[in-house]
Amino acid sequence: MTNLVLDSASRWFGNVVAVNDVSLSIGPGVTGLLGPNGAGKTTLMAMMAGFLPPSAGHVTLDGEPVWRNTAIYRQIGLVPERELSFGYLTGRQFVRANADLHKLPDAAAATERILQEVDMVEPAARRLDTYSKGMRQRVKIAAALVHDPAVLLLDEPFNGVDPRQRMHLMDLLRRLGDEGRTVLFSSHILEEVERLARHIEVVVSGRHAASGDFGAIRRLMTDRPVQYALQSSDNRTLAAALMAQPSVRSVSLRADHLDVQVDDLGSFAVGLPGLAKQHDVTLYELSPSDESLESVFAYLVAR
Amino acid sequence: MMNATIAKLALQALLGRRRFYLLLAFPVLLIALVTLVTVLADGDAAFEILPGLGYPLVLPLVAILAASSVLGPEVDDGSIVYLLAKPVSRYGVANSKWLVALGATLAAGALPILVAALITGDSDRALALFVGALVAGTAYSALFLAISAVTRHAVIASLMFVLIWESLLGNLFTGVAWLSIGQWGLRVGHELSAELPDPANLPWAVLASLVVTLGGVWFAGDRLRSFSLRGED
Repeated sequence: MTNLVLDSASRWFGNVVAVNDVSLSIGPGVTGLLGPNGAGKTTLMAMMAGFLPPSAGHVTLDGEPVWRNTAIYRQIGLVPERELSFGYLTGRQFVRANADLHKLPDAAAATERILQEVDMVEPAARRLDTYSKGMRQRVKIAAALVHDPAVLLLDEPFNGVDPRQRMHLMDLLRRLGDEGRTVLFSSHILEEVERLARHIEVVVSGRHAASGDFGAIRRLMTDRPVQYALQSSDNRTLAAALMAQPSVRSVSLRADHLDVQVDDLGSFAVGLPGLAKQHDVTLYELSPSDESLESVFAYLVAR
Repeated sequence: MMNATIAKLALQALLGRRRFYLLLAFPVLLIALVTLVTVLADGDAAFEILPGLGYPLVLPLVAILAASSVLGPEVDDGSIVYLLAKPVSRYGVANSKWLVALGATLAAGALPILVAALITGDSDRALALFVGALVAGTAYSALFLAISAVTRHAVIASLMFVLIWESLLGNLFTGVAWLSIGQWGLRVGHELSAELPDPANLPWAVLASLVVTLGGVWFAGDRLRSFSLRGED
């Protein structure tokens, strides 16, 4: 059992409070750290990974503090959001260097094993700067996993990764969680977290807003209308069709897009493609407007 | 404390970037210039290039390039976390990176000074300047590594130190010699050839060089120990 515990952890920078009195415990399985941009997810991740001392409170892994404790990295694999600047290395060289830094008895075998696991054997001979975003992400995960850690921390692992690669990554993380590892990933996208994590921690404005099973949190969130911006080939036709949907609360026709307020996220998302097709409308873009996502989170805090 | 993997990566960082060619250009140009002047001019004009340009400028510039290449970019963009999220002593990381920077500084800074000085003749004088360059190059690389570990503007800060403190103020006020790495090196070299100036005194020069070297590397390690990631939040 490996438990990563935050005990009343706070972190401030000058007089800006990034993380405010957060207590949580993360155990085996996949956990999602959900929150809007700027909520303090990266700061939390940095504290959990031993790359930031909490201003107050404690961050421990199985009772050991993580700050200034390099021995902790035998148990932690970290996938930072930062890009790799080791473009002059091949994927294999990079993963191998990580294995060597862990002083693994058979670093070469461990490197090959993990490259296989993340399905990167074939491109491993190429330089990192030739990789796509998804490939780089997988190599980063391989580098973090090469020493077989009990805990894997991933900061926004799906950012900028194309949908197909995203599925691939999700399968990988799900498998790692099923193996009994403690996998924690952060994301600001509700759907991402929903598809991957059973357990969710929500942070908003540096505060721990909710914790628990996704279904429960989901219901809390869907209590509130959510707003989407939608672009299509025929906004007016689509607006009329949308208005007939029970899940849609309001539709406003803007200059180049529609603002849609939705009561029930799930049935709206599932029904939308069929609805568009039925009315011969092509969807160009559907995005949750950040503000409203923010307001959903804010709702959770105010609750 | 050394870590072979860190050193290897630092070497790859040094060789793999475009900056390396700049690092290479300095010694090549220096030797070419000295050779040219030796052939064309009479007297000691060629040697004068070394204490006038090679030693006070090329050597520290090479040290800046070397030290900032092994540490700077990784600290700037935060990708050093990939190296630091390991059960490896941070002091060991600093030591290993420093050794690579030192090797590069001596190879591309001190050694060319010896070669150029030999071209002008008089091997005593050449050897003395080389020893001075070894001492100063060692202290420079440690100091600039420490600077690279604290600020994103390491190259600028290091350049200011060399150009304003050591060169400009050092020429105006003799007292600066007591706090100038270049002068300490010259003082040590003076023991081998009286043609080199003798600012400060020998024990001070040796001790100060040692303190800056050990202190610089230790400080870089200590900064890495407290390396923290700050989010975009």
